Amino acid sequence: MPTASPQPENQTLAELCGRGRPRRVILRLFQEGTVRGLLVGCAMFSILITTLIIGILAYETARFLQEVSVVDFLTGLEWNPLLGADRHFGIWPLIVGTLLVTLVAAVFALPIGLVTAIFLSEYAPPWLRAILKPILEVLAGIPTVVYGFFALIVITPALQGLGRLVTGENTFGAYSAGAAGIAVGIMILPIVTSLSEDAIRAVPKGLRDGAFALGSTKFDTSVKVVVPAALSGIMASYLLAITRAVGETMIVALAAGGLAQMTVLPWEQVQTMTAYMVQIFLGDAPATGVEYKSSFAVAGVLFLMTFLLTFAGYRILLRFREEYE
Amino acid sequence: MNDARPNSNHFQKLIDRGVPRTSAARVRIDRAFSIICLGITLIAVLALALLLASILIEGFPGLSWSFIERYASRIPEQAGIKAPLFGSIWVASICAIVALPVGVATAVYLEEFAAKNRVTNFLRINISNLAGVPSIVYGILGLTLFVRMFGLFGPIQNPAFEIGGETFAIYYDSTGEPLRVPVTSRNETPSLTTGSIGYIQDVLDGPDGELIFTNNWTPIPLTIVNGDTKFTPAYGVISAVDVVEPIDYEIQKPWYYVQFPFGQTVLAGGLTLMLVVLPVVIISSQEALRSVPRSLRAGSMAMGATRLQTVFRVTLPASIPMIMTGAILAMSRAIGEAAPILVLGVALFITDVPQSLMDAFTVLPMQIYNWTSRPQEEFRALAATGIIVLLVVLLAFNAIAVLIRQKFSRPLQ
Amino acid sequence: MQLGRRIVTTAGIAAMTTALLGAGGTQDLRRLRGSITIDGSSTVYPITEAIAESFKKAAPNVKVTVGVSGTGGGFKRFAANEIEISDASRPIKGSESKACLEAGVEYIEIPVAYDGLTIVVNKGNYWADSMTVEDLKKIFLSDSAPKTWNAVRPEWPDRAIKIYSPGTDSGTFDYFKEVVAGKKGTIRSDMSVSEDDNVLVRGVAGDEGAIGFFGAAYYFENKESLKAVSIRNNAGNDVLPSATTIEDGSYNPFSRPLFIYVKARSARKPYVRAFVEFYLKNAASAAREVGYVGLPDAIYQRASKAFQAGRTGSSYLDENGKKKTGPITDLYK
Repeated sequence: MPTASPQPENQTLAELCGRGRPRRVILRLFQEGTVRGLLVGCAMFSILITTLIIGILAYETARFLQEVSVVDFLTGLEWNPLLGADRHFGIWPLIVGTLLVTLVAAVFALPIGLVTAIFLSEYAPPWLRAILKPILEVLAGIPTVVYGFFALIVITPALQGLGRLVTGENTFGAYSAGAAGIAVGIMILPIVTSLSEDAIRAVPKGLRDGAFALGSTKFDTSVKVVVPAALSGIMASYLLAITRAVGETMIVALAAGGLAQMTVLPWEQVQTMTAYMVQIFLGDAPATGVEYKSSFAVAGVLFLMTFLLTFAGYRILLRFREEYE
Repeated sequence: MNDARPNSNHFQKLIDRGVPRTSAARVRIDRAFSIICLGITLIAVLALALLLASILIEGFPGLSWSFIERYASRIPEQAGIKAPLFGSIWVASICAIVALPVGVATAVYLEEFAAKNRVTNFLRINISNLAGVPSIVYGILGLTLFVRMFGLFGPIQNPAFEIGGETFAIYYDSTGEPLRVPVTSRNETPSLTTGSIGYIQDVLDGPDGELIFTNNWTPIPLTIVNGDTKFTPAYGVISAVDVVEPIDYEIQKPWYYVQFPFGQTVLAGGLTLMLVVLPVVIISSQEALRSVPRSLRAGSMAMGATRLQTVFRVTLPASIPMIMTGAILAMSRAIGEAAPILVLGVALFITDVPQSLMDAFTVLPMQIYNWTSRPQEEFRALAATGIIVLLVVLLAFNAIAVLIRQKFSRPLQ
Repeated sequence: MQLGRRIVTTAGIAAMTTALLGAGGTQDLRRLRGSITIDGSSTVYPITEAIAESFKKAAPNVKVTVGVSGTGGGFKRFAANEIEISDASRPIKGSESKACLEAGVEYIEIPVAYDGLTIVVNKGNYWADSMTVEDLKKIFLSDSAPKTWNAVRPEWPDRAIKIYSPGTDSGTFDYFKEVVAGKKGTIRSDMSVSEDDNVLVRGVAGDEGAIGFFGAAYYFENKESLKAVSIRNNAGNDVLPSATTIEDGSYNPFSRPLFIYVKARSARKPYVRAFVEFYLKNAASAAREVGYVGLPDAIYQRASKAFQAGRTGSSYLDENGKKKTGPITDLYK
């Protein structure tokens, strides 16, 4: 029996077993295998989730499309499934509704978010940053029902008052895409700000120093050098924020309205895809009616939209990371 | 004009375009811009201030201990938030217990073990995609997977498998008192004759005049009487027609009772929220692991540890503060989610706190949604008070996160 | 089990429990324990909720949960054996009855109150104080579907009409459709539809040109923010819904009875019996409390007797499952 004992890691398993190495080594290697297996299993769990989502949505959409023609669904311009015999299942009013609310939210949040990010990273003194950043974090952590409450109780009356002031008539009703859109905008503001800020901070100091050396002001540097350099990160943040806005449910369910119509006027009611799904699921309809199945079909379209948006954002983010690493 | 010296032409073009040449003008623009920036940034602060102010103004007057102790009621002054509060706590706990291990394990795998190949890339894309999926879609997944279980185990009312519970057939004797007869399953119909043993619940008189239903069931021999003969109603005396078939079946559920399919229960809700929260936990754990400096890992490997040992004895402990922070923030997200719970089909008028994993439940955001959608003024105040409770709970969670971060943060060289 | 034997059984227990309840009073209600799930019409919901809350005080150990899936949704769940009692703002349809019987669910029909389906407009609507059924037909039917108020009556202003309506699962919608559209007509499709009456209230209260309809209880609860339109009845008078006009029938054609349907099998459970009897005893006062109108005492007596006897089936359907129409005092025996 050899007396010298080299470290176990420097030998192959065969050698170890052959030499009758202490049990704990084999045990450790066995542990390693199991633990690795567990870890891989957990990672695969996420793939399982995606597969299940796609599978379930596809299956239920197929069942829905047995009763409603695909052409009707994808090209129809009227959506009123709760009307009994005279109903239509064209999805475009719901998509337009979702996009309108998202547009209002984007118009509000994207410019403000970017400017806020520029301010926080380029201009703000550290004490101001220490105050403002937590405020933004608080905004990010507020549940969406609270924003829904805010939209209904504060924003809607405010818009109604504003509408009366500007046009002399009651343009804004009890539900409007604008009210919901602004609330969604406030909700996604922290996303835009923090991700844009990350992108801007990632721009190497050298670029800024070079610009200052050439005599630019801070304004010149920020707007003409830093932002263009961080553009892909900013774009990624925009896409992520828009994805979040598209998928938003509670705010629109409370404040956007229940009338699925094709309109681009923010003072009109709209029904978004998510609000429609809430309407169906709140009604607790059994699993056999075509209205119930339509909810899954709408969910499928919604999933597709957010998937494409997230995928685009991911690609842009990847490109942006590669540029600086 | 072609000029050999680019400068003057260049500046001329800039001036023609309206770009100021003098430093003074540009400094002015710079200063103006910084003020505009500040102003716009303050919009975000203003929005938050408005939000909190409106909630506090509407909701603060209604805040009281009895609000937290009472159950829902149609009369706004008597309504309370006890059931949703406890429901939220139950559901968030289940979500945390399941999401944390799976999420951290996935992050560990991705950061420490996985090779940089296409499969791993695919995993990463997948996870970031899952992070962007709207929560209502997770609700649909939870509904099909956890509540209904694809219909594989039968309808919700008649679960195919029940573990841990004792099944009883219920009969009502002539006094209207329920009698229990143990059976093996819901499909069994016991044949009862005079002398068969039924169990009757011990009911005590409470101090305030209320009745206390104990968990003791006393055996009592049954007396079956033919339907037409007259008799005085007494405990255990049942008319013959009433024993042909039990009125109902009941399951005694201890806290560990499980039924398949899960149905609209706390367990299903917690697992659904786990789905929502998992991508966030994974991504934040990944960040946490990345923040551990390479030197630590290298040192550990140099000492002869395997990768596994390094991860579990060095890297993971070093990143625990950040992981805990991320986890707690993910739990905050879970508590605030209403859409997935809504899809699961939770009833709104729940008057009891969950006692076991398989009890019905409701959560704070659902109750707030319900109150907000009612147009009466009193419910608006009620919704605001509910929101205050919700925000306080979230604040507590975030405070814990900050505390953990501060307490366990050791400077990593 | 044949119907005959079942009636004997329930009658048997009924006799004994009633005797007991009569003798014991509240003490016995306290001993009752169990859970009752109720679902269905949002119109009937306020009454059922009120009764459930008072019942909980008398029998604190009986858990009652009430949902609002709409009359149609309630019947679907009822036929699927998911609930004990179904709230309905219209009588059960032939197809629904068939579905129940095919699933082996027998039901006992119990009328509980009168409702005056109220047409409401925004508080700022100064022009429409009263309407005829013809006006409503013009507004709601799909062949006319006017966009502005002056297209309905030229003396009305040129304001946009915004409609808030319950959806197809709602008995209120079914009833309204029957009166306004009849068998052949179709209702227009560009309406803001919601099963949640609160959403409708908020919508009408917030839109100046809005019009909507729901059960009278929701109008009375939100009187400060809504305006009820008086309807020209058969006699040519413009009548507003109120307790008196609904009860004496002058508010027509929109007065209608509200029902609950109880699973006959559940009626064998003492706590369900106690609840239904409590309901019948207190329906009139609960109805009044929420803004509906109680039925004449005679109807409640008939209902109680029918429940005791365990009589299943609907008085609104004939042997072939076709609908019968007429006032409840005539039809419900």
